[in-house]
Amino acid sequence: MIPELGQVALVIALVLALVQGSLPLIGAQRGSATLMAVAGPASYGQLAFVLLAFAALGYAFAVNDFSVKNVAHNSFSELPLAYRLTATWGSHEGSMLLWVVILAAWTSAVTVFGRRLPLAVSARVVGVLGLVSVGFLAFVLFTSNPFVRLFPAPLDGADLNPLLQDAGMILHPPMLYMGYVGFSVAFAFAIAALLGRRLDAAWARWARPWTTAAWVFLTIGIALGSWWAYRELGWGGWWFWDPTENASLMPWLAGTALVHSLAVTEKRGHFVSWTLFLSITVFSFSLLGTFLIRSGVLSSVHAFANDPARGMFILSFLGVVIGGSLLLYAWRFPRVPKVATFGWLSRESLVLGNNVLLIAALGTVMLGTLYPLFLDVLGLGKVSVGPPYFNAVFVPLMAPLLFLMGVGPLARWRETSLPGLAVRLRWAFGVAAALALILPLLYGGLRPMVSLGLFLALWIFASVIIGVSERLKGLGWAVGRLPRGFVGMQLAHTGIAVVVVGITLVSGYESERDVRMDVGEYVDLAGYRFAFRGATAETGPNYVADRGVVEVTRVGGTGPTLTLYPEKRKYNASGMAMTEAALRSGAFGDLYVSLGDYLGGQAWSLRVYYKPFVGWLWAGAFLMALGGALAASDRRYRLAAERAGPRGAPAVGMGAAEAKG
Amino acid sequence: MKRWLPFAAFCVLLVFLYVGLFRDPREVPSPFIGRPAPAFVLPVVERPGATFSPEQARGRSWLLNVWAPWCTTCQKEHLFLMQVAATGVPVYGLNWKDQDREATAMLARMGNPYVLNADDRDGRVGIDWGVTGVPETFVIDAEGIIRMKHSGPINERIWKRKFLPLLQAIDS
Repeated sequence: MIPELGQVALVIALVLALVQGSLPLIGAQRGSATLMAVAGPASYGQLAFVLLAFAALGYAFAVNDFSVKNVAHNSFSELPLAYRLTATWGSHEGSMLLWVVILAAWTSAVTVFGRRLPLAVSARVVGVLGLVSVGFLAFVLFTSNPFVRLFPAPLDGADLNPLLQDAGMILHPPMLYMGYVGFSVAFAFAIAALLGRRLDAAWARWARPWTTAAWVFLTIGIALGSWWAYRELGWGGWWFWDPTENASLMPWLAGTALVHSLAVTEKRGHFVSWTLFLSITVFSFSLLGTFLIRSGVLSSVHAFANDPARGMFILSFLGVVIGGSLLLYAWRFPRVPKVATFGWLSRESLVLGNNVLLIAALGTVMLGTLYPLFLDVLGLGKVSVGPPYFNAVFVPLMAPLLFLMGVGPLARWRETSLPGLAVRLRWAFGVAAALALILPLLYGGLRPMVSLGLFLALWIFASVIIGVSERLKGLGWAVGRLPRGFVGMQLAHTGIAVVVVGITLVSGYESERDVRMDVGEYVDLAGYRFAFRGATAETGPNYVADRGVVEVTRVGGTGPTLTLYPEKRKYNASGMAMTEAALRSGAFGDLYVSLGDYLGGQAWSLRVYYKPFVGWLWAGAFLMALGGALAASDRRYRLAAERAGPRGAPAVGMGAAEAKG
Repeated sequence: MKRWLPFAAFCVLLVFLYVGLFRDPREVPSPFIGRPAPAFVLPVVERPGATFSPEQARGRSWLLNVWAPWCTTCQKEHLFLMQVAATGVPVYGLNWKDQDREATAMLARMGNPYVLNADDRDGRVGIDWGVTGVPETFVIDAEGIIRMKHSGPINERIWKRKFLPLLQAIDS
């Protein structure tokens, strides 16, 4: 009964989405306040009904209703409750339902926080989001219904994929989707601006906090995914250039470009058509990512639920949404009169450099991800593109980008003098270069890539210090008066530098040993002694495990003893074997042990790693997200919303131009 | 003109994605197609003491389904194989790397669609046949020539599109 209720709720939500996607848009075009007023109630109603559907599915998982196909395929009676609930979005159907819920939540948020926007703008934004929602609800109902029953009902389920039975998986998909779907708001603002021919700085100011918020979630989502892969896949890697990862990296790169170009559009009125194009691009990549993963066009380690019918649906949807938007963009291509120019060295030109590099990086990732598909379609053979390609093309693009990052925030708008900038950055360059040579010598030997990475990271750190101290000097050292947008930017840049330190040091100095160990034997690695104390059989809620005991001490015997328990699990329902690595995270490195195969007697193969500074990867991502959150909450956006119009900066008004013509 | 460029580029991409949709990225052309099936002699899971070799299946076309009890995808495929077996197509199983000997229990629980199962416990025959993972299914004709290899599970759609036309063509 409950699953049927969920089904009905989804149908009602679809009807409401149709209303939300049509009436407000018509109203905005005709200037009818009554029709535009439908937007709010329709979006709240839709949220209520998709939440109801989601709760119904969650309930079916909670009470082990195996007559529901989705539950039978993705849950198991012995699965702990927490994982049964997260299994709600562990399957294709459930994750698409989650997508719809998040879209409805973003829409309602726009309705709530956008009350002070001009009515026509908020009606158009909500209307466009309604149309997107129609597509996804129809997708769920017609191709991926999570409420389909099974008859006869099986006695027990097939269990959730053991890979997904992990804390990282509880939050990773919702965060990632918050990011993907959040970019639909930036997209809707761009479409609303094109529809209403209101292509000025005000549009950029309204879209900016939403874009930054979506970027924050996507950053967290990607970081959690990487953290999950690190702990769960058992060989300590944190990025694999897997199509699924690339599908989330592409909107992130485009989104990062958008966050920066929106700043220029808002403050200076430049790059209007480019920023509009980027807004469409970012959401297009979110949709493309969904398509690539859900349709099975690309093979991937963790693409699940491949089905051409679904692929066909998403592809048609992609064609309508992206194709339609790009047509609209071409048709309403903003002819912005040149009001102000900027010098070859200015904050504008540096952001332009940032955008060019980010889009080039996006292009290389896209090429690498789709290249196998292109060749296959053209009948030129089967290839796979792996990490060597990505590392070879991605790093050379990131290095100049990181260098520019140290310069950009210090440059002035319109025109900056090169000598002046050089003087301000003089000591930053010197200190970064010196430390980049000295630190590796002290740590573990000079390596060119390590020095380059450290130099770039230190360069950014130093630039942040210069930027913040100069700004503080201007404010008479009143820390509280620093605008949140400024603090957020510096924090996010610091986060990038922290990530760069992590990547550089873990790539340069990580060490690993793959050894056969009998009870009492030990292996030394990076100053630590790993002693194997045997393995015991353990029973978990839905698995049995061999649990190794490994004692770690400092070589030389000083310091406390640390015990690690790597496990090799076998899940009861699926019989799948899983390696559950044991790790001890520290500020300066992780100890990581994973249990390999049983070799007879009391001997096991073990793999031990020392991963210096690997934790900085996720700490840095957290700083970036925190910075983004601070920037998005800057009070001038609220003020701007209250005034509902451009202020100060030269606003380039298409609206005005249209009115005259 | 440059304003139309993004739209044009997108249309090209759309065409590629559309064509790609009907291709299987995991489908690696097998070098065994058109060659005689590699010979082997393996114990039969269902009948202790008996052995099986591909020679015994000669005379009509048959399927060799490579599977393992620990493979969840195989379990989902299993239900469909029951339907295939019911239509009279002989399906032989290659029980691959089943070190824990769970096949018998699983077949008793879920039903047995196979004529018989060859026990490839250490996966050595799998290597001869170029098996890269489970499930995989080979189509072998009456003369013992491998005609097709399918990687991944068989379902109704794949059966109708890939298997049925081929089986009808070689049996007529």
